[in-house]
Amino acid sequence: MMDDFLFRAVLGGVLLAVVCGPFGAFIVWRRMAFFGDMLAHTALLGVALGLLIGVDVRIGMIATCLAVALILAYGQRQSRIGSDTVLGMLAHSTLALGMVALAFVQGVAVDLMAYLFGDILAVNTGDILLLAVGGAFALGILAWMWRPLLALTVSPEIAAAESIPVERLRLIFMLLMALVIGMAIKIVGVLLITALLIVPAASARFFARTPEQMAIGAGLFGAASVLAGIALSWHVDTPAGPSIVISAAAIFVASGIVMSAKRHFAGS
Amino acid sequence: MTAPLIEGRDLVLSFGNERVLDQVSLAIHPGEIITLIGPNGAGKSTLVKTLLGLQKADSGEVVRKRGLTIGYVPQKLAIDQVLPMTVKRFLSLTRSVSRADCEGVLAQVGAGHVIDAQMSQLSGGETQRVMLARTLLLRPHLLVLDEPTQGVDVSGQAELYRLIDEIRRELDCAVLMISHDLHLVMAKTDQVVCFNRHVCCSGIPETVRQHPEYRSLFGVREADAIGIYHHEHDHEHDLSGHVVGGCGHDHSHDHGHHHHADDHNKAVKEGAGTNQ
Repeated sequence: MMDDFLFRAVLGGVLLAVVCGPFGAFIVWRRMAFFGDMLAHTALLGVALGLLIGVDVRIGMIATCLAVALILAYGQRQSRIGSDTVLGMLAHSTLALGMVALAFVQGVAVDLMAYLFGDILAVNTGDILLLAVGGAFALGILAWMWRPLLALTVSPEIAAAESIPVERLRLIFMLLMALVIGMAIKIVGVLLITALLIVPAASARFFARTPEQMAIGAGLFGAASVLAGIALSWHVDTPAGPSIVISAAAIFVASGIVMSAKRHFAGS
Repeated sequence: MTAPLIEGRDLVLSFGNERVLDQVSLAIHPGEIITLIGPNGAGKSTLVKTLLGLQKADSGEVVRKRGLTIGYVPQKLAIDQVLPMTVKRFLSLTRSVSRADCEGVLAQVGAGHVIDAQMSQLSGGETQRVMLARTLLLRPHLLVLDEPTQGVDVSGQAELYRLIDEIRRELDCAVLMISHDLHLVMAKTDQVVCFNRHVCCSGIPETVRQHPEYRSLFGVREADAIGIYHHEHDHEHDLSGHVVGGCGHDHSHDHGHHHHADDHNKAVKEGAGTNQ
């Protein structure tokens, strides 16, 4: 039934946007956008591995993202190669490895476009359950470590002085990001997930006075982007994933115009 | 003697081939005020980071007293514009604090008016006052200050030092301070540690200012400008801070130098007199 798949798309998209809000805020504050991108590229390898081994591709994606996050955490301990280079190497070699591995998958026609740009209209009940449970888990842990993680974002020295386990929190945050991105690929795809994380957070920055306002605002703007994107896709028959990202970008531009107009009139 | 609050033992740390900490031992006891002085690039901040546990030493150990609370005031806290943060929220950074308490400590440091301002819009002096207000809420056993007056104008610096002294009295805590402001340091401190990748010399201010390495660390002009005694060094540092020759001696202060130093001091003072 038409209404059913639309309902699932809206529910899955809004759930994902709400989870992505606070994570996106942290990605913006900690300047980890490239890390998110790298994890997303990795997910394609997860798809291939899932198909090869014969497990659910969602589990393949999440497991691969988690494994690569661990490799990266280890890779950043050395300083001979810059961490942006380590990220770039991991992103592209895992992507390439994923493509090569897909060539070995026999008998299954893999819809690459669906993984690159997401296929929100194909979201099923299992996806929504996974998002609800995984998302609640990720948000719960993030809420639990919110204050110390924010403290270490402001100043690792202050955090360390006050006995906050800096390294452990960094690792947990990376793993949670891997989980969120692994869950998100099905909906917005490898190429667009970073946008869904950072664009609503950037829009929320215009209006926020505290970190918490920005995190919640990012969730709201993300949800609005999902609704607007699906509506656009429905009425104009555009691809859904890119439509969501375009909506998020439009909200960002509108927010920027509203705020600078406000400042302009307040100043004059 | 009471157990130290925090103690670094034989800390060694290298970045690549460069040794930044060379067998450094330093203990801070309750109520003590220790000031770490040394030239730029001497590894003072690295030593503090190692003591805080943010930087792992290659060898040696840091022993922290159980339940120790440390209040840390960095050189400069640059909160990125990208992170919205009011002063009130910043004061609750590591534990929740009521607005009334925030108002109280901000008034105490003379920054009551900034409570709803964004951290990124504060001046250097205001930021440091807010940092100090945070330590008042934290009530630490040990206050660690890393060049707390950097980026603050000269009149503001004296005021900040006065405030730090007031806070120390109120909290009755130990202080570890990194500083460049020699004469201000000398007035308030119990123990001065001259540091350049190793502990060059340490002691009460009078002893340290008579120590040759102190002079060699800070150079002739600066030392003269604040009336420091002039005498021979017993070892030199090259540009990267390595000791060049003559460093087989015990680095604790050397009383043999004192008389010599006094003689020299006289000569310097007389010399200065004839110039006027």
